[in-house]
Amino acid sequence: MAKYLIKRVARSFLTLFIVITIVFSLLRLMPAEGYFNNYDKMTPGKIERELELLGLNDPLPTQLARFYGKLLQGDLGVSNRYRVGVPITEILRTKFPLSVAFGVASMIISLLFGIPLGAWMARRKNKWPDHLGTIFIVFIEAVPSAVYYLFIQMYGTDIFGISMLFSRDNPRTWILPVISLSLGDIAYYAMWLRRYMVDEMNKDYVRLAVAKGVGSRDLMMKHVFRNAFVPLVQYIPSSLLLTLVGSIYVESLYSIPGMGGLLVSAIQAQDNSLVQALVIIYASISILGMILGDILMTLVDPRISFAKKEGAR
Amino acid sequence: MSKFSNADRKLKNLSEKELFSFAAQNPDDAERIGYTDYSYWRSTFRTFMHRKVAVALLIVMLLLLLFTFIQPLLPGQASPNEIFFQEGGIALSNQGPSAEHWFGTNNAGQDLWSRLWAGTRTSLLIGFSVAIVQAIIGIAIGVLWGYVRKLDFFFTELYNIFDNVPSTIVLILLSYIMKRGVITMIFAMSITNWLGMALFIRNQILMIRDRDYNLASRCLGTPVHRIIFKNLLPYLVSVIMLRMALAIPGAIGSEVFVSYIGLGLPIEIPSLGNLVNVGRTLMMSPSLRYQLIFPTLIVSIITISFYVIGNSFSDSADPKNHV
Repeated sequence: MAKYLIKRVARSFLTLFIVITIVFSLLRLMPAEGYFNNYDKMTPGKIERELELLGLNDPLPTQLARFYGKLLQGDLGVSNRYRVGVPITEILRTKFPLSVAFGVASMIISLLFGIPLGAWMARRKNKWPDHLGTIFIVFIEAVPSAVYYLFIQMYGTDIFGISMLFSRDNPRTWILPVISLSLGDIAYYAMWLRRYMVDEMNKDYVRLAVAKGVGSRDLMMKHVFRNAFVPLVQYIPSSLLLTLVGSIYVESLYSIPGMGGLLVSAIQAQDNSLVQALVIIYASISILGMILGDILMTLVDPRISFAKKEGAR
Repeated sequence: MSKFSNADRKLKNLSEKELFSFAAQNPDDAERIGYTDYSYWRSTFRTFMHRKVAVALLIVMLLLLLFTFIQPLLPGQASPNEIFFQEGGIALSNQGPSAEHWFGTNNAGQDLWSRLWAGTRTSLLIGFSVAIVQAIIGIAIGVLWGYVRKLDFFFTELYNIFDNVPSTIVLILLSYIMKRGVITMIFAMSITNWLGMALFIRNQILMIRDRDYNLASRCLGTPVHRIIFKNLLPYLVSVIMLRMALAIPGAIGSEVFVSYIGLGLPIEIPSLGNLVNVGRTLMMSPSLRYQLIFPTLIVSIITISFYVIGNSFSDSADPKNHV
């Protein structure tokens, strides 16, 4: 296990290193105007001097080494256009807690609804709850989230009689963003839980238990559900972490001043350093989520041992 | 001498050539013994036809596809970028649906009906291209990865590194850096999504490459390409088709998303993404909501259809479901 973990983490660092290097190098290809907020008014001489000052005229490896040096000290650079001269870590500090609140809320909601829905569909397989649930899942899985979010916002605000935009003090404006964030995960949990439970119900030990007269409720909760839930565990950390850093789409739809909306603002402002920092953060977070998912799997299911699987490949 | 019958005497008189001649072979007779009425594709088709919802959606989809392509040829269609003017030279902007403009006009005074169909064409073009690129690269790499033992380590490590990179981030980054356009969009989406297809094909090929029938085939000297195309890939048709079918709604969804964050196609190239996005900005005023509802309706029909058709087809293509 320890050997596997070390290998797994080392590989993730390699991935992260490659990703950061590529992101950094690619963003150097962008026009220099993304580093100044009054580019149009500057003379070519001044631009040259400023670029020199920012170290952007140095060869790429030098710049990269300097960037890594700063990154290790937790310095992500300074925003150049979005909020001029403010360190990026400073910008993130105010945005992060809000995204965390939304992330946690939507995860609780999606587990609270998705799992009972999946279990219910599996128990009433091929009856109306199953069909109804399937329609819901197909709709959520197939239609781009960008589309149904809009409808939730458009009609939801009419129904609840609230404004389209989020305001921190009005608790009712939390409802729609949290619902929007949860729907995808509800469908995901329900779909897979149903499938794994149906698979589990067809196994011999379950048949034997039925034949022996184990009560259907006990059997479902103690055996079928527990076994079927294991594969889903792997997904939870990624899902939580990614909502922690904010849903890009939902946050900017409701103007929630969180991390997700920030990426959209940074892109629209063409703030190269901020885009770079956010892309790196998103990549690291999702890599971390995958590691945690794998570890959680081994903890939940004693049968899974990655060390062994690694050897078999 | 009575041992020699008449027939024996006759045989003795025949020449070698007459004795040993080839018997006529009739291929039809040969077929007659082992003949069954089973045809894989016919069975797949028959199983698929039993799924009423999928068949209905397939018909809707075919009609829609057909219509998107013949729409510009119909008489009296406006060009998607043509601006209409009121009397007095003001652009005919934000007019609700009418007899003249079936789906109304947008902010710039362009006909939404023709923009919508042009947008559907663009988005389907992106979707199909992404699906085809994914299939080609995914199958090629997956086959190499699974069949050539020496490459397994290399590709597995490569996969482990790149699978961790979130595809949304790649999409955003590439659209941010590259010039906006259909090609960029297809490139940015294709660069990551073949990974899943390649991994799946690799795993399957690893499982079936050493089964007895393939071993026998190899011993008989079947060339590698024939083993791959005749023995291995037909096994995977259902999964390949499913992944291709799901890539299309995925690509349309990504396009809508990228347009929303401001990195989509330029407004002169109508696409479902930028139409939805224009509609979104007008959502606040109920009288203009038609500009959001029409494009989203088309997006939903297309994505749901491909999703359901893909899943039903892949179920039907599995021979286990043919009985």
